[in-house]
Amino acid sequence: MLNTLLPVLLFTALGLAVLGALRRVRLWRQGRPSKVDLIGGLLAMPRRYLVDLHHVVGRDKYMSNTHVATAGGFVLSALLAILVHGFGLHNQILGYALLVATVLMFGGALFVYKRRLNPPARLSKGPWMRLPKSLLVFAATFFIATLPVAGILPEGTGGWILVALLGLGVVWGVSEMFLGMTWGGPMKHAFAGALHLAWHRRAERFGGGRSTGLKPLDLEDRSAPLGVEKPKDFTWNQLLGFDACVQCGKCEAMCPAFAAGQPLNPKKLIQDMVIGLAGGTDARFAGSSYPGKPIGEHGGNPHQPIVNGLVDAETLWSCTTCRACVEECPMMIEHVDAIVDMRRHLTLEKGATPNKGAEVLDNLIATDNPGGFAPGGRMNWAADLNLTLLSEAKATDVLFWVGDGAFDMRNQRTLRAFVKVLKASGVDFAVLGLEERDSGDVARRLGDEATFQQLALRNIQTLGNYAFKRIVTCDPHSFHVLKNEYGALGGMYQVQHHSTYIAELIAASKLNLGQHKGGSVTYHDPCYLGRYNGEYEAPREVLRALGIKVREMQRSGFRSRCCGGGGGAPITDIPGKQRIPDMRMEDIRETEAELVAVGCPQCTAMLEGVVEPRPLIKDLAELVADALLEEEAGSPAVKVQPARRKPAEVH
Amino acid sequence: MNTKVISLVSIGAHPGSGRTRRAEQDARAVELGLQLAGQHLQVVHAGDPREEALRAYLGMGLDHLDVLEQPAGADVLGVLGDYLRDAGAQLVLTGSQAETGEGSGMLPFLLAERLGWPLIVGLAEVESIENGTAQVLQALPRGQRRRLKVRLPLLATVDNAAPKPRQSAFGPARRGVLAARNVMVTQDELLTGAELQPARPRPKRLKVIKAKSGADRMKAATAKASGGGGKVLKEVSPQEGAEAILKLLVEEGVIR
Ligand code: SF4
Ligand code: SF4
Repeated sequence: MLNTLLPVLLFTALGLAVLGALRRVRLWRQGRPSKVDLIGGLLAMPRRYLVDLHHVVGRDKYMSNTHVATAGGFVLSALLAILVHGFGLHNQILGYALLVATVLMFGGALFVYKRRLNPPARLSKGPWMRLPKSLLVFAATFFIATLPVAGILPEGTGGWILVALLGLGVVWGVSEMFLGMTWGGPMKHAFAGALHLAWHRRAERFGGGRSTGLKPLDLEDRSAPLGVEKPKDFTWNQLLGFDACVQCGKCEAMCPAFAAGQPLNPKKLIQDMVIGLAGGTDARFAGSSYPGKPIGEHGGNPHQPIVNGLVDAETLWSCTTCRACVEECPMMIEHVDAIVDMRRHLTLEKGATPNKGAEVLDNLIATDNPGGFAPGGRMNWAADLNLTLLSEAKATDVLFWVGDGAFDMRNQRTLRAFVKVLKASGVDFAVLGLEERDSGDVARRLGDEATFQQLALRNIQTLGNYAFKRIVTCDPHSFHVLKNEYGALGGMYQVQHHSTYIAELIAASKLNLGQHKGGSVTYHDPCYLGRYNGEYEAPREVLRALGIKVREMQRSGFRSRCCGGGGGAPITDIPGKQRIPDMRMEDIRETEAELVAVGCPQCTAMLEGVVEPRPLIKDLAELVADALLEEEAGSPAVKVQPARRKPAEVH
Repeated sequence: MNTKVISLVSIGAHPGSGRTRRAEQDARAVELGLQLAGQHLQVVHAGDPREEALRAYLGMGLDHLDVLEQPAGADVLGVLGDYLRDAGAQLVLTGSQAETGEGSGMLPFLLAERLGWPLIVGLAEVESIENGTAQVLQALPRGQRRRLKVRLPLLATVDNAAPKPRQSAFGPARRGVLAARNVMVTQDELLTGAELQPARPRPKRLKVIKAKSGADRMKAATAKASGGGGKVLKEVSPQEGAEAILKLLVEEGVIR
């Protein structure tokens, strides 16, 4: 009896699954075209899954082992079950193999079950609570059904009752595992996930690479939409990527905006995109909502504008583009790309950049700096420093990219400190002076791709007039943009953050450094230096060279928490329950350090904005400049005491 | 509303960089116009249709902008007046003073004079338009508002009391059409013939502050200027009124 029932069930389920797959593919193909290597991607997929993805999943040992057992067990069981029970190959060896596979899967599923007993808030409930049971049923049913094949039990054991029970088990198991895979159950992640890995929009991320620069809009192509208005404006492989989400909520747990109570939850955002792709409402979403926004009031479909239907604009503007979500996502989904794509539409088509957004963009267009300062004042901070201008020198070793911090009194201290370091090292350096413009970072994160490209192209043109070996900057945002985003517009440079460059100078003994005096120190990793560019070591090396033992925060390195200053978030300023810099300051206070070393003008501004008493904030350049020993190494120079001027009398 | 609303715009210049942009007040005139007439708003510039800064107005959501083609230095008064009359304008909005060119702030006055229309200075809000009459709020110093009823057609200048202009977006700015129109060119006799010289600083009402403390100084600086010698003239003939004003201007040193 079972021998006729099982093949029928198995093949019906498989057939329906294929139909579901075709339907799903049709949904993805509503998206816009995208250049991907279809065959090459498929061939690379197993490696991407086994190596790159497990590199991310492996951070959570429990889950990674569980997944290997469950998924590995399932794939083997499914293949063998089709052979043994589908095609009726009642071979004893195959039978034993199938038994082993189902045991493996059952074991894995037990751990899935255990995790689901008391799930953390970040996990979605709903159908996901059913999944471990379905896994167990699938494994158990096929185990029992295979016992006779392996010759352990005689054929026909258990009679009709067992056949009926097994039949039910198989229906449950294959419905979840085969149908659910393509018709939208939790197992969809396996099908969509595998293809997402194959046709990922950033193939460079695999094989240990890094790909964090935003992709340019082709502004020449008048027929291309300016950003994403409706789900169908995403490229098809972006849509596919959203479908791969397993709702693990690792992104949610790391998102600073979510923690601050701003109306953003990257997991929900991705799920909303899935709703947009398939059509429907978010009523059945079984995870945490956007803070302050009840579930069940939003819905959409591929042809309906996303904003104010599916997602509210504030959700998109809450993001600091810190990439913590992308860094954590085991499915390698690109949240930031999606968010910026939708912002592009709001800014470029709707003119709806909130709060100070419009003003900042206007300033960038009219004055090349976000503050709207007269461009002629760009070098005022260095009036007494006699810096070499590239317009005069034409060539230099190090081009010091000053950034818009030039207009900010606090940041000017950092800039002057770095100049002191550069001068002490004796390297040949120069600045662009008034020829420098904003890098375009903020414009781009605010979705104003047009202004970004204008600024970038003009900067590239200016840089093209001069000869230099490398660009060094104290601003991780300029650093990222110059290094990773100008390339697509024709500007290829060797760019370094000042921490990296100072570390090099120290390694080459170009700096005569004393020790840091002034208490314990912790270090805050800027998102755009760390997660965007993988530079975690150089700043710490510099601090070590100053004799500092960094008191690491719990969230440091690739898990560093954003200061709240990126992505134009201070400009769009979406209210939440607390402020992100305050939360970061709490992290800092936990280390009981008296000083926090930073390497970014935004971080400096955000953290210094936290009310006192709080630890001091100093840029790495300031710490190094403070520790410089005045004497030239080797030559016992006479210390010239600068004539102390009498303090002016005050009455 | 089927009142024909037209906003006049000029090329602005950023005070810090001098780079051309949409003029701040003219953009407010467009904003007010859009709020009143939506897509029916007509926007006009007299000048160079190739000026890219005009696109910043299109970016506010206009599908086209009429440009009465004029060389630099032309007197645009005539062509603007003809255009407004031919277009059947009912409500014409413009900034108080241009950021480039002469920037005398005289155009609205001369235009109103030429058309024989009433002029409202510092329009803050249009409350209603009914039966050919507009009820509006005019901005006075220190946040005060005056409610006026004025018959149409009328010309109004807006300043910073008018609503903030919406953001200019790249997409509509790029798509919008700068529709050049060939019109007559009149030489600006005054500009070509007369001599330009730097303006003298405007005379200020003398305020003698005898404050002792900072608080007093603050109070004095923010207090309403109160000319103690003011006079209320009632039911006098225009002649007498004008003479009284002239006398005061001479006394105050505004006219020498
Ligand atoms: S980039 Fe940062 S702020 Fe934005 S959604 Fe991801 S984690 Fe949240
Ligand atoms: S987007 Fe990624 S990290 Fe977030 S819930 Fe989905 S799979 Fe997990």
